Amino acid sequence: MSEKQQQRGEVLLKRSELNKQKKRLHRRRKILDWGVFTGYLLPSLLGVFLFFFMPLLMLLKTSFQKSSTNTDFVGFTNYTRVLTNGAFKDASINTLTFALIAVPLAIVLALLIALLLNSGMPGKSIFRSILLNPMMVPVASIVLIWQVFFSYNGVINGWLGNLFGLDKIDWLKSSYAQIVILIMFIWKNLGYNMVLFLAALNNIPNEVIESAKMDGAGPVKRFFSIKMHYLSSTIFFVGIMSLINSFKIFREVYLLTGDYPFDTLYMLQHYMNNAFRHLDYSRLSSGAIIMCIVMIIIVGFLFFAEAKFGGDIEE
Amino acid sequence: MATYRNEELVRKQRKLAATQARRKVYTQVEKPVSKFDHMTPDEREAFFAKERKRAGRVLKRRNGFIKAAMGLGIAVAILASVMALVPIFYTFINSFMSSAEIQDNYGVIFQSLSGHAGDKGATYLDKTPVLRMVPERVTLEQYKTLLFMSPAYLLKFWNSVIMVVPIVLGQLVVSSLASYSFARYRKRRREILFFSYVILMLMPFQVTLVPNYMIADKLHLIDSFWAIILPGIFSTFSCFLLTKYMRQIPSSYIEAAKLDGATEWQIFTKIALPTCKSAIFALAILLFIDYWNMVEQPLVLLTDEQKQPLSVFLSQINEAEIGIAFAASALYMIPALLIFLWGEEYLVEGISHSGIK
Repeated sequence: MSEKQQQRGEVLLKRSELNKQKKRLHRRRKILDWGVFTGYLLPSLLGVFLFFFMPLLMLLKTSFQKSSTNTDFVGFTNYTRVLTNGAFKDASINTLTFALIAVPLAIVLALLIALLLNSGMPGKSIFRSILLNPMMVPVASIVLIWQVFFSYNGVINGWLGNLFGLDKIDWLKSSYAQIVILIMFIWKNLGYNMVLFLAALNNIPNEVIESAKMDGAGPVKRFFSIKMHYLSSTIFFVGIMSLINSFKIFREVYLLTGDYPFDTLYMLQHYMNNAFRHLDYSRLSSGAIIMCIVMIIIVGFLFFAEAKFGGDIEE
Repeated sequence: MATYRNEELVRKQRKLAATQARRKVYTQVEKPVSKFDHMTPDEREAFFAKERKRAGRVLKRRNGFIKAAMGLGIAVAILASVMALVPIFYTFINSFMSSAEIQDNYGVIFQSLSGHAGDKGATYLDKTPVLRMVPERVTLEQYKTLLFMSPAYLLKFWNSVIMVVPIVLGQLVVSSLASYSFARYRKRRREILFFSYVILMLMPFQVTLVPNYMIADKLHLIDSFWAIILPGIFSTFSCFLLTKYMRQIPSSYIEAAKLDGATEWQIFTKIALPTCKSAIFALAILLFIDYWNMVEQPLVLLTDEQKQPLSVFLSQINEAEIGIAFAASALYMIPALLIFLWGEEYLVEGISHSGIK
């Protein structure tokens, strides 16, 4: 063995040792990183586990029990009982129809207003603040005035009667009820959605619009081919927020009409609320679990759709 | 070798082209014939005058169109704004009416509400309420009754405050820590956890209310403010928005800070929090209004009437108390509106950034 080879061997040995050390350090840093960031997460994680995940698991357990006192395992009877319940069916259909109408309407109207405000109109920021105002108004304090407007002897009926000689409509106790809560929903959420869209519109690079104008693209073409492309992720976000808020419409309905409103206003939350009042825990928990699963499916679908259609905007 | 020959060839061709171009400068170019050549100067004048007139007309029409569109747009915006403001406006107007006037104007409505009419509204009084722009007599009567004669009202206002403030502050602290972690440490399992946070955020409150009730029952918190405050603090809504926001912090900032030897805590307090300032303010406003608004949680979790917040009290106002209802509503609205006025810029900025990817 020559001296050279020996030296080479030593160098190799040293290098491998160094590598090992590096790896060890790397691993240590990885663990340290994990520890630090888990530390930051810990307060929230503990709370969420204690107040949300664990109770949800308990819920899952009670949904398979006969009742809260009788812990016999009964399989899916609670679920079949809930799913075959007429009130539950009506409630889910009402909630879904409302979401299906309200969410797209809220998106389209907010987008139209945002486009309008963004078209170089004077007083843009004033209109923005005014339209954002309803968002800040607590439901409980505005319900009174909605009653003044929409009740049977209300102001709207008075106007319609005086101006067009129409018969009185019982807004909240007829098939118009969904329209009324739709108006309330739009009233409350238009501003928030509009601000989101305004921000997204401002974020579109001006050069792209300019060059499209040069190439002779009209406003409609510009909107559908360029702006829509940039807006797609915002539309997704607005859709999710509106969906959450569409479930909150229960508050208005509840405060306006109480526990047992007109048929088309009977929401899933009413069902849950009434089950709560009767302390029917097994029914309640299986209902909650079903809603939970449906929400997960909807959200998963939305995220999937966004990944598929909105993925190409990222720079 | 081949490339060399090619280069030579190209160079030669360029030289030739340049020479020819130089020569062409001096060649006579044939002037294109236009229709103006056949016109006499007078005819030309007339033609141009006519054209100018036509162009002016087109331009005028276009300007008119733009103006009309703008006017229409402004009209639509004004209409929308009026619709947005009318309910708020009338709540305040009505709060300055005397109780008697309210009873006179709106008594009809609340009679029909309490449901002593049968199915077709046969016993409804045939009277429509009057919506007045200005009260007959502006008085502070309602406010006086509310603030000085009914201590229950102030107590409930205080209940609202005592619940909302800890929730907002606590949730901001907890979730800013958590979202810093979510933003900086992005491994597969964390992303799954984050997704489950998002799903929790999306759950309608009636789903989360049942678990809330169960855990409050287990911890013997029913009928204490903690039953509402604790789940509120750990709600995941602000986690979602703040994480979205913190992920937009350019990684170069963080790299630079790290190279300078900053610890994670320093990065968090000196970089992450200041960049998210407007988002945090916006979230504070959004959370405030959300919890200021809550009706269901107190109804279910607080059995003691004395502990109910103002929102519940307002929702239970009936015929007998309608005289003070508008002032109560107005007073309840005021903190939210004041906060909005104070922080509108933050709110708009915060909301704006939450939607942008």
